[in-house]
Amino acid sequence: MDWSFLFETFVSLVSAMPLTLELAATSIVLGAMLALAIALCRLSGIAPLEWFARSYVFVFRGTPLLVQIFLIYYGLGQFPAVRHSIFWPFLRDAYWCAVLALTMNTAAYASEIIRGGLLSVPFGQIEAARACGMPRLMQFRRIVLPLAIRQALPGYSNEMIAMVKATSLASIITLMEVTGVAARIISESYRAIEVFIVAGAIYLAINFLLTRLVHLVEYWLSPHLRQPVPHHPAVPAAPALEGDAR
Amino acid sequence: MTVANASPSPIALSVKNLHKSFGPVEVLKGISLDAHEGDVVSILGSSGSGKSTFLRCINLLETPNSGEVTVAGETIRMVPDARNGSRPADRSQVDRIRSHLGMVFQSFNLWTHKTVLENVIEAPVHVLGRSRAECVEEAEALLAKVGIAEKRNFYPAHLSGGQQQRAAIARALAMRPKVMLFDEPTSALDPELVGEVLRVMRALAEEGRTMLVVTHEMGFARDVSSRVVFLHQGRVEEDGKPQEVFASSRSDRFRQFISK
Amino acid sequence: MNQPGILELVSFGGDGWGKALLAGAWMTVLIALAGYSIGAVIGSFGAWAKISGGRGIRIAADTYTTVLRGIPDLLVIYLFYFGGSAAVTAIGRLFGAEGFLGFPGFLAGSLAVGVTSGAQFTEVFRGAFRAVHHGEIEAAIACGMGRTLRFRRIIAPLTLRHALPGLGNVWQVVLKESALVSITGVAELLRQTQVAAGSTGLPFDFYVIAGAIYLIISTGSGLFLRGAERHFSRGVRRG
Repeated sequence: MDWSFLFETFVSLVSAMPLTLELAATSIVLGAMLALAIALCRLSGIAPLEWFARSYVFVFRGTPLLVQIFLIYYGLGQFPAVRHSIFWPFLRDAYWCAVLALTMNTAAYASEIIRGGLLSVPFGQIEAARACGMPRLMQFRRIVLPLAIRQALPGYSNEMIAMVKATSLASIITLMEVTGVAARIISESYRAIEVFIVAGAIYLAINFLLTRLVHLVEYWLSPHLRQPVPHHPAVPAAPALEGDAR
Repeated sequence: MTVANASPSPIALSVKNLHKSFGPVEVLKGISLDAHEGDVVSILGSSGSGKSTFLRCINLLETPNSGEVTVAGETIRMVPDARNGSRPADRSQVDRIRSHLGMVFQSFNLWTHKTVLENVIEAPVHVLGRSRAECVEEAEALLAKVGIAEKRNFYPAHLSGGQQQRAAIARALAMRPKVMLFDEPTSALDPELVGEVLRVMRALAEEGRTMLVVTHEMGFARDVSSRVVFLHQGRVEEDGKPQEVFASSRSDRFRQFISK
Repeated sequence: MNQPGILELVSFGGDGWGKALLAGAWMTVLIALAGYSIGAVIGSFGAWAKISGGRGIRIAADTYTTVLRGIPDLLVIYLFYFGGSAAVTAIGRLFGAEGFLGFPGFLAGSLAVGVTSGAQFTEVFRGAFRAVHHGEIEAAIACGMGRTLRFRRIIAPLTLRHALPGLGNVWQVVLKESALVSITGVAELLRQTQVAAGSTGLPFDFYVIAGAIYLIISTGSGLFLRGAERHFSRGVRRG
């Protein structure tokens, strides 16, 4: 057990963690917003929007992420129009290409999760909001979306873990995140097993923390599912109706 | 127990010639009804008679194919629609009128991610724009009135069915509605919990509130309402004071219905 | 400059890349099938371990699935490819061979895909077994069926029926994972596409074509799997 090698590897890999986390966090957040838009298109009832959303999800879930990354990183540069556009500084940079590809990919999977969450909101609660005279946007904002998020969170945490793992593909287009650095160390030292163990441990740690974080958010968002806390009335019991059972 | 009689008070709700079909099936075949202020109208009928559909057409949770609904003198403007026969002309008018109608559902439909208190103040604060402090104060009074003040910070999942329905009634009352609509409010409750909800509804009736109640509770219809309407296959078969209607109705179907 | 149209690009003769891409697609399917089969075997053992294994075996199986669901597939491929190469080189040296001996990419890729999908298979089989109504198993016990017979005629078929949707999902995942094997140099679809893209200077066109081919393979597989699901769900009442 070459402890010094393991330690050196650990230090190198940990220094690459910020890039992994940045890639993951950026694509998860941007992807979630895009996913919400796509889910809304899918549920909009407007045929062209629904068709667009279904096609988007079909294409991005049916092709490998690596193909999508290559398409954006290598493929877009094929067009002079792209090379001369204002977006070129972004589109030729590996980091932004990776973020774009990861974002578009996670949006496809996440939109299905969000759609499931939106559809799971009990219709009666939406009706109660309508019956009070709530306009549609307010119904969505105050009733549908909060309930959909709570329903979708467990499934979404799986998608977030998948995103953390997906950042490893960025190493193939030269980004030196954890897997990229690990590949470099392996190809230099040929000690695949030791590097694998250290790199694997780092990813496991990240995913473990992520899972804990999501559980915390789930707990915080669902007091309505937990046991009630005994309540001591602050006001004296007002005169109740006659003969009312408690 | 004196209940407000249907005296010549202003008309709180007027429904004219409501038609509603679901696909090829016509559920409402031209229903008209006028409810004066203070009327407590019990709507009876067997399944499929259209009573729930009728109630839901009033606040446009279902859109009637034709007909007119007028709440406190304001008529809901409808325009012709190719698919459905007619649809509301102005969404915001519908929302406004809905805020004057309080609806109590068979399955309570409390918002599960909010506490009882939050449920009651939600619409007054966000739809009517009243101040939160004012709404909280009124909500606490309403919760006390329906007998669940101590549950104000509980979530609906932790309440019994009867308590949830009473919370739903408080929620409807918080909007200070002109007319209250009850859609089979006790049908989803265990028998021993039905009484506490009926007691609340009776108290509301005695206050002089205008109420339309779709129900199977014959006792309520006979003793508390000021008027009984019997629907059969989408039409009004019987309409009159409970004493008259229950004792000596001219409708065979109605007599058959109440004898079961 | 004369831009060749799509049809020219994929044509089979002369300058066309159709043959190479098709060969790559076939290799993709082979790798996926190999990995899928290995994964199915591993997954069966894993599920068995979790369902009826002793405490030690169960912990081992739990560790396996937890670890493999938390680390990137790419790392596993690197492990098998570089690790395998290192092992082969070391063994070669024992026999006097010199220099670097490469571990076959196909083997490394299939093993890696097998090991990562094995974790998914474990969960699919375990969930499917739990979905089988215990009553049907009890009925088999009650009429005197022995353990092997019970497994062969009742438990396995019923578990398989519940597992079909999950098995279909794992196949789609494995299909896409096979694209990662391209880093070992195996001439599967993505690798062929890279070569074509580099050679013609038309990366966009070729990666779009590659994507389309993946979609065709996955949609075709999907249809086949749904047909299989329907066939094996005879007699099941869908609520």
